[in-house]
Amino acid sequence: MGDGALTRTPDRPLTGMGRGNKRGRERIGQPPELLRRLLRAKDRMDAASHEEWPVPRLARVSGVSEAHFARSFKEAFGVPPHRYLLTRRIERAKALLRDTDLPITEIAFQTGWNSLGTFGRTFRDVTGESPGELRAREKAAGHQLEPVPACFLSAAHRPDLKTAVLEKRRQDADGSMSGSQQMEVS
Amino acid sequence: MSQGVGVVGLYVRDQEEALQFYVEKLGFHVHTDARNGDYRWLTVQHPDQPSFQLGLFMPQPPVLDEATAQALREIVAKGAMPPLVLVVDDCRAAYERMRARGVEFTQEPVDRYGSVDAGFRDPSGNGWKMIEARRDAGRA
Repeated sequence: MGDGALTRTPDRPLTGMGRGNKRGRERIGQPPELLRRLLRAKDRMDAASHEEWPVPRLARVSGVSEAHFARSFKEAFGVPPHRYLLTRRIERAKALLRDTDLPITEIAFQTGWNSLGTFGRTFRDVTGESPGELRAREKAAGHQLEPVPACFLSAAHRPDLKTAVLEKRRQDADGSMSGSQQMEVS
Repeated sequence: MSQGVGVVGLYVRDQEEALQFYVEKLGFHVHTDARNGDYRWLTVQHPDQPSFQLGLFMPQPPVLDEATAQALREIVAKGAMPPLVLVVDDCRAAYERMRARGVEFTQEPVDRYGSVDAGFRDPSGNGWKMIEARRDAGRA
């Protein structure tokens, strides 16, 4: 950790690092009106995660300038917008793998990927297993989860993507952490 | 029933706006609207549920210090408050009715194993799921 990709935003110290910089400074949050509008962009990605969500489109939904959108979104929700979208796509793909018999190619297409290869690679990077492996495991485990509304259930199973996928690949290569644990470490 | 949960409160950014939303757009009734200086105890009620009140409260001094109130306003605006569920007889009809009144839907009605649900937010950012239970759910 402590490498540039994650620590370059000086006003969001990670796990206590940089606290000295903040001493004596007021906590300056984002205006609730802005947060409410950023939430609208998040909601729209939730509702249609298979669609393309380039920054200009999201910025328009939020009524924020393109220059400020990505930074504001990350400050509000802790992840950059494209990474948030990725977690939603993976979440949907996992639900479809678990709950339907759709071919994996079809699931990749339905959840917004243009290429099966990219889907499979990203899926494995995020979840630690291939789509086929996850499907086989979920089918074997059976369904025990009925009483929770499906929408909340899927939120609970959302991948906790605190590091960029590329970052995660690099960590895997370094062998510095193992398995799904590292998704929780930032 | 004489025992049970009587009031559960939401934090809202503006009580007047919330009142309009829950009464005019969702069809709730005002139960209590009592002011004491800047403080306003405001609760609404679902017409079919006289034993339960939904409180529409402002995070504000003097109940909370200003920094805490501000943090809560941010949390509400980020949609990070816990899930709320509104149970309806006909999700699609309610969706059409509410959407016509300007309710901000986050999810159109979706069928899930016989039940239908949709999602909407109040003006403050509180997220609701609107659920039409499965027809045979009464036995559960």
